[in-house]
Amino acid sequence: MENWYWMTLVVLIGLTVRWTVSLNPYSGAGKPPMFGDYEAQRHWQEITFNLPVKEWYFNSSDNNLQYWGLDYPPLTAYHSLLCAYVAEFINPDWVALHTSRGYESHAHKLFMRTTVLVADLFIYIPAVLLYCYSLKEISPKRKIAVALCILLYPGLILIDYGHFQYNSVSLGFALWGVVGVSYDWDLLGSLAFCLALNYKQMELYHSLPFFCFLLGKCFKKGLKGKGFVLLIKIACTVMASFLLCWLPFFMEREQALQVLRRLFPVDRGLFEDKVANIWCSVNVFLKIKEILPRHIQLAISFCLTFLSLLPACIKLTLQPSSKGFRFTMVSCALSFFLFSFQVHEKSILLVSLPVCLVLNEIPFMSTWFLLVSTFSMLPLLLKDELLLPSVVTVVAFLVACVTFFPLCESTSEAQLQLTSFAVSVRRRLPGFTFLPRIIQCLGISCDTDLHILIRRKHRWKVCHADNCAHEENGFQMVIFFPHSDDASISQRTALGQEGTALHFKLDYSSTKIPV
Amino acid sequence: MAAFSLAASGGHWFSALALGVTLLKCLLIPTYHSTDFEVHRNWLAITHSLPVSQWYYEATSEWTLDYPPFFAWFEYVLSHIAQYFDQEMLNIHNLNYCSSRTLLFQRFSVILTDVLFIYAVHECCKCIDGKKTSKELTEKPKFILSVLLLWNFGLLIVDHIHFQYNGFLSGLMLLSIARLFQKRHMEGAFLFAVLLHFKHIYLYVAPAYGIYLLRSYCFTASKPDGTVRWDSFSFVRVISLGLIVFLVSALSLGPFIALNQLPQVFSRLFPFKRGLCHAYWAPNFWALYNALDKALSVIGLELKLLDPNQIPRASMTSGLVQQFQHTVLPSVSPLATLICTLIAILPSVFCLWFKPQGPRGFLRCLVLCALSSFMFGWHVHEKAILLAILPMSLLSVEKAGDATIFLILSTTGHYSLFPLLFTAPELPIKILLMLLFTVYSVSSLKKLFRKENPLFNWMETVYLLGLGPLGVFCEFIFPLTSWKLKYPFIPLLLTSVYCAVGITYAWTRLYVSVLTGCLVSKTKKQ
Repeated sequence: MENWYWMTLVVLIGLTVRWTVSLNPYSGAGKPPMFGDYEAQRHWQEITFNLPVKEWYFNSSDNNLQYWGLDYPPLTAYHSLLCAYVAEFINPDWVALHTSRGYESHAHKLFMRTTVLVADLFIYIPAVLLYCYSLKEISPKRKIAVALCILLYPGLILIDYGHFQYNSVSLGFALWGVVGVSYDWDLLGSLAFCLALNYKQMELYHSLPFFCFLLGKCFKKGLKGKGFVLLIKIACTVMASFLLCWLPFFMEREQALQVLRRLFPVDRGLFEDKVANIWCSVNVFLKIKEILPRHIQLAISFCLTFLSLLPACIKLTLQPSSKGFRFTMVSCALSFFLFSFQVHEKSILLVSLPVCLVLNEIPFMSTWFLLVSTFSMLPLLLKDELLLPSVVTVVAFLVACVTFFPLCESTSEAQLQLTSFAVSVRRRLPGFTFLPRIIQCLGISCDTDLHILIRRKHRWKVCHADNCAHEENGFQMVIFFPHSDDASISQRTALGQEGTALHFKLDYSSTKIPV
Repeated sequence: MAAFSLAASGGHWFSALALGVTLLKCLLIPTYHSTDFEVHRNWLAITHSLPVSQWYYEATSEWTLDYPPFFAWFEYVLSHIAQYFDQEMLNIHNLNYCSSRTLLFQRFSVILTDVLFIYAVHECCKCIDGKKTSKELTEKPKFILSVLLLWNFGLLIVDHIHFQYNGFLSGLMLLSIARLFQKRHMEGAFLFAVLLHFKHIYLYVAPAYGIYLLRSYCFTASKPDGTVRWDSFSFVRVISLGLIVFLVSALSLGPFIALNQLPQVFSRLFPFKRGLCHAYWAPNFWALYNALDKALSVIGLELKLLDPNQIPRASMTSGLVQQFQHTVLPSVSPLATLICTLIAILPSVFCLWFKPQGPRGFLRCLVLCALSSFMFGWHVHEKAILLAILPMSLLSVEKAGDATIFLILSTTGHYSLFPLLFTAPELPIKILLMLLFTVYSVSSLKKLFRKENPLFNWMETVYLLGLGPLGVFCEFIFPLTSWKLKYPFIPLLLTSVYCAVGITYAWTRLYVSVLTGCLVSKTKKQ
């Protein structure tokens, strides 16, 4: 590759930004008694290092599950164990049972930040580079641009290196999965995705597209011949990798069930804090949490999620293609985020990853979504005192995208890949010709959040989440269509209408559009 | 959205580069800062709360004001903004005060004054020949030059981590160079005079300015063979130049002359009481000299040629003491360094006088002056290497030979700045930024001059690659060994000696190329 040095520079820039952000405070720094996610990760190291595997997920005198009990799948626990060994080598106090609770020091912060960087460097960044190399039909320059923009995505950097989490591991594995299945290395892809799923159960957001895509591939090859063999192979790979990850927990039935209970805490409620999804937005008008009983909430959210992701999944199964796969990933992840039960604001990262992957196809929409997604986490970032790095990284990302992708000029229907959608709407609404302009203005409506922030300080969090949700909702509606033909278009339009309505309301209220 | 319209319209790549590095600077705000941070805070306090007559006498803090008056006025102006951030930082007795607002204010003052530097880079890019216009934007000399200057590793870590105001001062210098390139001599002279009264370290390059302006501006014509035509001397120009310099100096020093404080000001500006070398030896001739002395004394002791009782203790235990006493070689006095410096500068200045080659010849002479002073000066700081690296960037994109010299100079010079940042959290930053700059400069210049001979011969390649193992040894392996407590100075010693070799080599090569250029053109004409 002639342009290897540009890729090196891109990686170096990405690493520099990551490390400089990591100099900022982490979540719960100096805030006893519960601290934050940083302490959670350190606590997991302590637990996994000092207790036998059997006790990791059980409440005991040594393992108080109320205090940051382990609630991620086994691979996270193994990773914590690995880090704990290194920590113990450097300073045993860091992982001493009980006494290390709430341990904070500069050296320890440095160590924890380094573990994130190392994980990122070995899993996420190579996956991004490989993905960008694998992109077809674009110039090497453009590949580098895409790589830079993906590596500069502020949401992931701020949560992993500011707030403190290891999202880059699970997302990195998922990305390895994407690369694998796009290259037709299906077994490797499914293995990587199983690892992602076993690192963080939230990766379920991405599971359906993987399933449908691989199933579709098998169908395409003919279920009676090669396709069947492939299906068996994939199934074996998945089973084997799961078995391997869960080996210590399969010894006893109670063990496995307890882990599952820890992973899916249904009793936590429809949503927490201020999440930019449907439930939180509807909550402004209608207090669903109080009106409906818990099991009905669960049923409604399940049905809505299922319905909203169905069309895209069916299409992908029938017409598996690498591009369609990526778009379906966006659509499915967004459905989960918007409609499913117990969503965290950080889960938006799971949507952002596939959106990063379509950055090259629909630069304007992706950039806009990625900015909004970062903005939707602002309350969290403010709590962690990460305002300055947030603003800086967001602006840096915006500058990178604006420099490399001609954003403002490429908002015509065709360039947004919305032609078929617009045509189908025009069949019913002949006057529907102003879509591009709306979309341009939507970019501006990101700003309205800021106005809301200034004007209504006491309620801004709700409004903030609400506004972000509208924008994401609109995005989902749009994302449905890029690869569409007429097959299931009416179904989709019906689904999108709610989003459209919200969308338009928002636009007309927040910006003046010359019609 | 402001950035949206800004970047989308017109200036795109330059503004994107400038904006990008500005954002990087903002990310560096929470990094470690050295005592220079306190130095500048103290100066803010001094200039804000004391009358002018007290500025150069105040000594509550050990960090007394030792920059020329313009810089003091600059701090005075800043202090008026600072009071809206935090009044407490303007209290002289608040030693080592560092609230988060103080930090933000001081950091942002550096970032914002860098706007001048960005403008200067923009102007410099206009002076570069666009002959080799390639279709690719990233292979254009202008683009490469602006990255080399804007993203300069040295400036980033010295200004935005270590904390100093070199950005806008270098901006002034580059701007004055650009003005000379644009034939706006008066402006260039004015800017340089102002610069001198901001920071007197720029006296190093003053000979180049003086001779160039005298030769190429005050003499309006040359004979066909390039020698000076004495009858073309323009009195108007000399007088106007003199007037500019005089007026600027009067504005700066006038108040202190009126107060009869000039000797006091000068005693602050030129503290010859300090040692030959800084605590950490700047990688120059004296570092090699000291190292040789040390090696000789060790050998002498081994061979029983020296009497151990006569050797001063300090010189044997570490290189960290201020006063370094030589054991075998003669000790060096300030006067000796001054003479050495002058001798080193003279040939380049002669060349500028007898063989003027336009602004490019001037720039070469300027770099040589800066480098020679760095090589032989008294109590040189390692940071002073930036004085040579920045103008050298301008030369590097025009000629392959200069590009080689630039790469050796900048890589070793930047590496020699590593000991400035010794805290663990900054270790990855300095390594990453250094790699970023080095990888970019080497590969882009190689690409620019790909049609000519390879930039490095095997010796240079081996030398530059040797910096890698050296870095690994000094930063990672050495702290783990048992020598760390016994010989803490070894990494510093190794770094400065190793880099001194490279810088001496770059200096020699540049000198050779300038002198041969001078002679060759002379013989050609004859």
